[in-house]
Amino acid sequence: MVEFALPANSTVQPGKSHPAAPGAKRVKTFQIYRYDPDTGANPRLDSFDIDLDDCGPMVLDALLKVKNEIDSTLTFRRSCREGICGSCAMNIDGANTLACLKPIADIKGPVKIYPLPHLPVVKDLVPDLSVPYAQLASIKPWMQTQTPQPPDREVLQSPEERAKLDGLWECILCFCCQTSCPSYWWNGDRYLGPAVLLQAARWIHDSRDEFTGERLDALEDPFRLYRCHTIMNCTSTCPKGLNPAKAIGSIKEKIAERQF
Amino acid sequence: MSLRSPLGRVRGLGSAKQGVSHFLWQRLTAVALVPLAIWFVISVVSLAGADYSHFRTWLSWPGNTTLMILLIFAVFRHAQLGVQVVVEDYVHDAGLKLVSLIAVKFIALFFGVFAAVSVLRVVFVGG
Repeated sequence: MVEFALPANSTVQPGKSHPAAPGAKRVKTFQIYRYDPDTGANPRLDSFDIDLDDCGPMVLDALLKVKNEIDSTLTFRRSCREGICGSCAMNIDGANTLACLKPIADIKGPVKIYPLPHLPVVKDLVPDLSVPYAQLASIKPWMQTQTPQPPDREVLQSPEERAKLDGLWECILCFCCQTSCPSYWWNGDRYLGPAVLLQAARWIHDSRDEFTGERLDALEDPFRLYRCHTIMNCTSTCPKGLNPAKAIGSIKEKIAERQF
Repeated sequence: MSLRSPLGRVRGLGSAKQGVSHFLWQRLTAVALVPLAIWFVISVVSLAGADYSHFRTWLSWPGNTTLMILLIFAVFRHAQLGVQVVVEDYVHDAGLKLVSLIAVKFIALFFGVFAAVSVLRVVFVGG
């Protein structure tokens, strides 16, 4: 059966407390998940009190402040700090989002920060994404054609055909939606998940791609595609405001369409 | 422990190349159940207090017999498809999953046929 509780060696225990510097006026508490595989100890929740007058506005600013000034062993991924690389995806205040796009002011009470749910944790806030990346590779996220590409110009697309890719091309593959999906939690080894299916839809709806049928063949599977039960966690959590549930629905429509 | 690559594990046995029939049947039976359920509730309410011979006369009208058997088919088909999804979602032991999926089909078929035979018995045999 599905495991609803954490195994004993994964239960989170209370961790260290780091009080704010004396004289701090606007203090906010950040409770951050810590896990170091080298120690063999259980994960713990460390608490950092931060003076918001001496910190940038976003959750990522607070994480960087902790790493720079309080505890340099805190481990997390980040790169662009403007919501385009997808590196700093994590679970903040109970929802998956990008730390660089999440204002601290939006959060009432202590800010709880965990890694993306239901993935193996490499260290602290860094999850192991090798399975989602393999799932992305499995849908062949590149243009496939039989017609040779013209040597002297690009493959043309009408404005209407191009418009069909809006809401799909903007995905930055942060996997916030992927790891927010209960179906992906229970069957992540076989269900491709919302992020990967949105990418699949991006190529299925591309007028220049000539392998639409093969793509639909590869997805028509009780587990790969039809584990989606329109729970919509993906859509409500997407930090880019995309709608993976709608994209998955459009794949189901295409597969039904070719029956008639 | 497996040393197989993540891509090898993800591609696994390949696509089953089915699932759309389950998807379509689930929706078809759901759509069919809307009018059938309304008809059934209205019928039950209007038959409140009726005696057996009145009920038998009502059920023996070919339209009512047909709708009743269609309702039975839609209910059990829809229930079987729904429980199948629950099993596929939550039961991860391969053997238990296979046994459950077969059992769900057999149970739904048995009770569906049993209900339909009961309706036909009331209509054609009575008593």
